[in-house]
This record gives sequence, C-alpha cells and structure tokens, in this order.
Amino acid sequence: MRLSSISTRYPVSPWSTPALVLFAIAITFVITAGPILLAGANPIAAYAEFVVIPLTSQFTLLEVLVSATPILFTGAAVAIAFRAGYWNIGAEGQLLLGAIAAAGVGTTVGDLPGIVALPAMLLGGAIAGAAWALLPALLRVRFGIDEVVTTLLLNPVALLLVNGLLHGPWRDPVTGFPESPRIAASAEFPALIDRSRLHLGFVIALVVIATAWYVIARTPAGLRLRAAGLSPHGARFAGINVSRTLIVAALASGAIAGLAGVSEVAGIQHRLTSGLSPGYGYTGIVVATLGTLTMGGVVLAALFLGDLTVGASTAARSLGIPSQLGAVVQGVLLLTVVALLTLRRGNSSRPVDAGPPAGESAEHEPAPTEGAVT
Amino acid sequence: MAGVPGSAPALELRGITKRFGDLVANRSVDFDVVGGEVHALLGENGAGKTTVMRIAYGLTHPDAGSVLVEGHEVAIRSPRDAIAAGIGMVTQHFSLVGPMSVAENLALGRASGLRLDLDAARRRAVHAAERFGIRVDPDARVADLSVGEQQRVEILKALARDCRILILDEPTAVLVPAEIEALFATLRSLLEEGLSVVFISHKLGEVRAISNRVSVLRQGQMIGTVAGSTDERELARMMVGRPMLGVERSAGAPAPSEAEPVLRIRDLRVDGAHGRPSVEDVSLGVRGGEILGVAGVSGNGQTELMAVLSGMRRPVAGTVSVGDLDLTGADPRQMTAARVGRIPEDRHASLIPDLSVAYNLVMERLDDFRHSGRIDERAIRAHADELIARFDIRASPDDRVAALSGGNIQKVLLARVLSRDPRVLVVSQPTRGLDVGATEYVRSQLLARRADGAAVLLVSEDLDELLALADRLIVLYEGRIVGEMSAQEADREQLGMLMAGRGRNP
Ligand SMILES: Nc1ncnc2c1ncn2[C@@H]1O[C@H](COP(=O)(O)OP(=O)(O)OP(=O)(O)O)[C@@H](O)[C@H]1O
Ligand SMILES: [Mg+2]
Repeated sequence: MRLSSISTRYPVSPWSTPALVLFAIAITFVITAGPILLAGANPIAAYAEFVVIPLTSQFTLLEVLVSATPILFTGAAVAIAFRAGYWNIGAEGQLLLGAIAAAGVGTTVGDLPGIVALPAMLLGGAIAGAAWALLPALLRVRFGIDEVVTTLLLNPVALLLVNGLLHGPWRDPVTGFPESPRIAASAEFPALIDRSRLHLGFVIALVVIATAWYVIARTPAGLRLRAAGLSPHGARFAGINVSRTLIVAALASGAIAGLAGVSEVAGIQHRLTSGLSPGYGYTGIVVATLGTLTMGGVVLAALFLGDLTVGASTAARSLGIPSQLGAVVQGVLLLTVVALLTLRRGNSSRPVDAGPPAGESAEHEPAPTEGAVT
Repeated sequence: MAGVPGSAPALELRGITKRFGDLVANRSVDFDVVGGEVHALLGENGAGKTTVMRIAYGLTHPDAGSVLVEGHEVAIRSPRDAIAAGIGMVTQHFSLVGPMSVAENLALGRASGLRLDLDAARRRAVHAAERFGIRVDPDARVADLSVGEQQRVEILKALARDCRILILDEPTAVLVPAEIEALFATLRSLLEEGLSVVFISHKLGEVRAISNRVSVLRQGQMIGTVAGSTDERELARMMVGRPMLGVERSAGAPAPSEAEPVLRIRDLRVDGAHGRPSVEDVSLGVRGGEILGVAGVSGNGQTELMAVLSGMRRPVAGTVSVGDLDLTGADPRQMTAARVGRIPEDRHASLIPDLSVAYNLVMERLDDFRHSGRIDERAIRAHADELIARFDIRASPDDRVAALSGGNIQKVLLARVLSRDPRVLVVSQPTRGLDVGATEYVRSQLLARRADGAAVLLVSEDLDELLALADRLIVLYEGRIVGEMSAQEADREQLGMLMAGRGRNP
C-alpha cells in the first residue's frame, strides 16, 4: 500500500474505511448515553443489554438473525445502487411492492406445491420491486431528475397502495380486519430450525448477497458498475453505457428490496399487513452506509443492527426503558457515520485531486460521484 | 528590496523526507528561496516536486524535516497555517468551486465572517485582474471555463491573497506564450516588491527566462542547485541523468497531398455553455500519415471540438466521418470501434482515478478480458505489466491512478489509446505537464503513428510543439478557423496574430 493515512493527497474512497465506522459506533454510544440516563438507566448496563445479552442465548441469537433478514436484503439493495452512483432512497416502497406481489401470488397459488409456489412468489416480488424502481431511474437518465427525490416520494405512495388494497379488495373476509387473507401453506417459507421464527428468507438473503458480491467484484458488468459510480464521466469516456448501468443497478436494487417484502410476507406475517415494514427500506440505507457499501460490510452491519433491535426490546423489559431507544441508537448512528464521511470529504468540489480551497482543512476527499447521500 | 545577502531566506525547507509506503517521494530534501528571487524546481515526472511543495503549503505532512519562514521554524499543519505565514500556492490541479463565478471563487479564499458581499467581491476581482494583468471574466461560471482559463483564476486567487512566498506548480502548462509573458511581467514587478517565487515547470526555456537559481530533483533526491542561466542541455542532463536529443518531424518529409482525408469534418457547429456556438462552420480533413495541428488560445472551441471527436458531445450541425463511416454524434464506444484514439486535455476526467492502473488500461475493452464470465485478472495484469514496461509508466498495476504523478497519469491514457493501434488519433495538449524525457517519448510516439499512416489531429497551445510535429496548421479563434497554412510556411508572429484574433489569412 502506498497510501498514508495522515496526509491523503489522493485519499481512498470515502466509503471504504471500517475504522471510521467503529469510531462512529463509539461516538454514538457516547451521544446516546444522555437519553438512556434520562430514561433512568445506567448506560453501560443498557449497552451490554443492547449488544451483548442478545448473543448469549440461542433463542435471542436466532431472533437476531430474524431481525437481520429483511435488512440484509434492503442493505444489499441500497449498497448496489449507491455503488453505481444511483441514490436509491426508495427501498421501502420497493419492499412494499414486493410484499404486495408475494401476497397476491401466495393467496392464489392454492394447492400448488412449494417448489412452484415459492419461486413464483420470489419472482413476482422481484419483478414488482424492480418495476417500482423503474420510473425514477428512467426519469434520472432521460431528464436528469434527481432520483433521491423521486424514489423517496414513491415510498408513501407504495404504502397508500398497500392500505388501499387492505381496506378494499383484499380485506380479510373472515375477520374483517384490514389484512389480506393468509397465504397458502405451501407458499410459506419453512422454518430453518424447529420452533424458531428463523426462516428460509435468511438463507435467500445470504445467497443474494453472495451473488451480488460475485457480480460486483468479479465480473466485467460489476467493474463497469463500480467505474460508473466512481467517475461517471471517465466511465462514459471509456465507452461504458452509464445510463444503462444506472438503470440496471436501479432495477437490481428494486428487485432485491422487493425480495425483502416477499421474505417478510412468506416468512413472518404470512399475509399482507400495513405494519409489515417498520422502515426496513430506510434501515437499509443505514446498513449500506455502515457497511461501507461492500457486501461483507452489509452482512456485518445488518447483524449488528439486528442485534441492537433484539437488545432494545429485551432492555425495555429488563431495564424498563422505552424500546424506541433502539431506534434512537440507530438514528444517531446513521447521522454520525454520515457526518464523519462528510467531514472527511471536506469541501473539495472537484471529484479529482482537487486541493482543498486554501484555508480549509488539509484532509479532503473527492466525492464518490456527483451528489453524495448527504 | 531584493534579498539581502546573509539574511535568512524567505522560505527554507530542511531535510524533508516523505514516504508513501515503500516509495520515498522526498529523501532529505533541502531547498530555500530568498526575497526577490525565483527559484525553479525541476525534475522528471514523479521526482517529488509537487510533494515537497505540498509539504511547504501544508497539504501533506512530512515524515521528517522542517519548514522555516524568514529563519524561524513554523509548524505548518494546514494551508491555513501556510497562508498565515505568507505562503501561497497554485496547485497543479485546481481547487476552484465549479458552480460559482470567478468573483465568488476569489472571495472564497479570503472570506471571513458570514456574509459575502458579492458586489465588493466582484469589484475586487476586476481590480485584482487589472493589477496583475490577468484576463478573466469575473462573472463567468468557473465550470464553464476551459482548463487554461481556470488556471488563470487560480493564479489570480493566490496573488490576490498578498502572499510573500508564491509557489507555482506548473502554472504555465496551460498558458499561451503571450499570457506567459504577461505572467512573467507580473511576477517581475512583484519580485521587485520582495516576493519570492518557487517555480515548478518542465519547460526549460521558461525556467531559464525567469529563474535566478534552479534546483533539480531526481527520484526524490536533491541533485544540485545551479544558476538560472545554465543551458538547457545541462539542465536536462541533470534531470534525466543522460543527454536529451529532441524530437522533430523529419524535415522535408513529404506531406501526402493527393490522398483522401481519413478524418473529415464538415460544417461543424457545437453549442457552448450559454447557447452561443463554441464551434462554428469548422470544416477540415486529416489525411493518413499527416499531423494536422490546431493552434489557438484555449477557450476558443478546442475543448468542444475534442468533445465531439471523443464522442462525449453531439454537434448541433455538421458531420464527422472516418473513412466511409459516418460518425456524426457517435458515442465513445462507436468512436473506439472506428479506431479513433482519443486523448483529451483533462486526463483525470478521461480515466477513473479511483480504480487501478491495470483496470484503467482495459476499461475500453473489458469484454476482451473476460474468462468464463469473470474478469480475467491474470490477463489484465499481464497486459498492464506489458504496457507499463512499454510506455515506461512509473507505477505498479495495482496503484490507483489518482496516486500517480501528473506525467504518469498521462502515460496511462496514452498507453490505453496507442496500444490499440488507432487509425485516427485526436489529441489535446499531449505533453502538458510532461517532463522532457516523457515529452520526447510522447512526441516520438505521435510521429510513429503518423509514419504508420494514422491521421493525427493535434490540438496544442504550445507553438513549439505544433511547429515541431505538425505538417499543416489551422488556427481556431472564437470557434472558427481563422487561418490555415503548411508548417513550413508558418511563422510565429503571424500565428500569434491569428491566435489573438487579429488579421485573417488573405
Ligand atoms: N498520496 C500519494 N500516495 C501514493 N503515492 C504518492 C502520493 N502522492 C505522490 N505519490 C508518489 O510520489 C511520487 C512523487 O510524486 P509528485 O507528484 O511529487 O511528482 P512530481 O515531481 O510533481 O511529478 P510531475 O512532474 O509528474 O507532476 C510519485 O511516484 C507519486 O506516484
Ligand atoms: Mg507535480
């Protein structure tokens, strides 16, 4: 390595620093100590409860994996898009579309065996998620309309769609609740371990992530995607079709987010409900960012956040603090990571070897592409 | 008041050592400049010139050594400290804010407090431009300026900050002769007021014209300091360690006259930033085995012409063809497929700086380097090793392009293009920022392409380069061709007039 860490004239990509993430985690614990004290608990005990306790029994350990499953999908979905320089903030909506498709297929497959029903559901969910991601991608490459805004705006629209279905045609005819009928038994994801909630979705998520890693790291298409994300102009100059790369990345991202919806319907809820996702799509952004946009990082970050989620709910019981503190920790974590990335990137305006404007900090980063997440 | 003999130098660097991993960019370098002096720093690409001066300006931190200003050691942790100590630097690459105007950029360097008084900033910009004799439009958006114009803003920004020690890292690389003269005149008057200048350049003639002393770095080590009047051969020998020859189109080589042009442009029009055309009614043809030189001050349509020929921009009107192939509005892939080799002026933007040298070398033809669906890493490496050796790139295949010195980045792009045997070569400022050895090499490569029958379109602001290489010349002014002549009958003065927009070819 010919890169020094103190004086980075040509710094590495701002996403690739695990040390920074660990630092952000430390800062987060310090910051969130305040609210925990206010809630009347000892912060050290609370962190032990958040992070360590869930890992100490088989039941909670499996729950950690269950919590990690949807955000493994959405984290990978977001990371793929971001690597290509496509800022997909719409994983939440894409997930909901995947869930709608899964419920639609799952309630109609009836007597078909699982070997047909499950692939049909996965395919349907992926297509629905990708379809939901298509419009913003087209608007971006055709008209240059910022996908951050469009993908974000489509999220509440997707939720309206879910609620519309649940209060209308899909309302459970038996109970009258705004929930879809239960999907066919053959369409349910089998449990991986008896009497646990851990389901097939977890394995599918790992397979998807391994595949994504292989494509990005090992194939020409993946190299093109990285090139387009790192330097759109240079990529275009080299003959790479950057628009097409962005669209493909957006569709892949949407499809994987859609699978998250399938996984929740088929593995956990077994029907479409409006509370299906407590923001897994948004958490995916946290996971991708914490994971420095690498697939290995996504796995670690998803497991860590799964751990926190389970820890926050057990802490709520054992320490009597609000379980929302888990969400607070996650939120603060995202903000500190983004803040650190931005700080380190400094004020450089040109993406290539721009010295910082005089009088500014010596540490600077070129933006990963035009328009960072911040 | 020139430097008083015996008094402390304005700026002194002592024992500067800087390592990047295994690479020693500076090995115990000593350097000083006294008041009222220009001290030039020479060296091959990658010799460590930029690195040592970035240390003086606080952009990089040394592993060992100290910086003294007026005899006192100063701790320089950031450019802020350097500016406070009276040191200013114009970096090799720019640090301007693209979407802002020139005046705003100048104001940024000195802004204090929260409010930015734009009218005052604009007045100051106009005033500074006048005082230092540097022509810029204060209201222009920096992103719309050509590289040359941006460089002008950079120089102005440093000068406007009232520094006493000015470090210029290849400032003239993007200026035309008249502007270089103007800059030198400015510097001379500032020198009389006691300014000290560190001048990094690869152009030996310039170095001799302005410098009191010249120091030479080779592979991070200080080779020696000689008087500014030392002759060019000697300077080149110090830099490279061997004598240089100089490359020229062999005199009297017959320009192929009857043959049909290979590259043909007809009535080309390209729109510029503000809707007014930046290229208008340009028609030209380049035959195989011919180098057509395009002279002109940067910002007169060269960038747009190159963008069209690179496939990065669609013309509004006109046609571009290579042989029988219509390439009007072709994209980069179609251009490469037609064996058009493209080397635009902005190399960073033409590569992917965050990826490795090896990947960048194959980026145009990834599909040739796949093996059962995967990237064939081994073949890519072998390919990189071969080109690195052939083009003498001072880097290893895994280095990120962004970490290379300016000259080596240029060589990466050059290697990528030339290794594909282009039939047409469009090049802009191919030797800008290259050291004498590399310049010689690149020029010989262009001539070799010409000898192989390629049609070469060479855009350059360097008249010496054009006169040494081109068979024919055209002059661009405000987007139009204002003159055309064969290289033999070209004379500098007339070219200069045409480039400045005065007089037309009868
Ligand atoms: N941040 C960095 N990381 C790794 N290597 C670096 C870094 N900065 C510079 N180098 C290396 O240090 C050496 C000296 O580079 P430097 O930019 O100082 O050369 P230079 O003399 O200015 O060359 P040029 O004339 O091409 O601009 C080069 O080999 C370069 O690749
Ligand atoms: Mg340099």
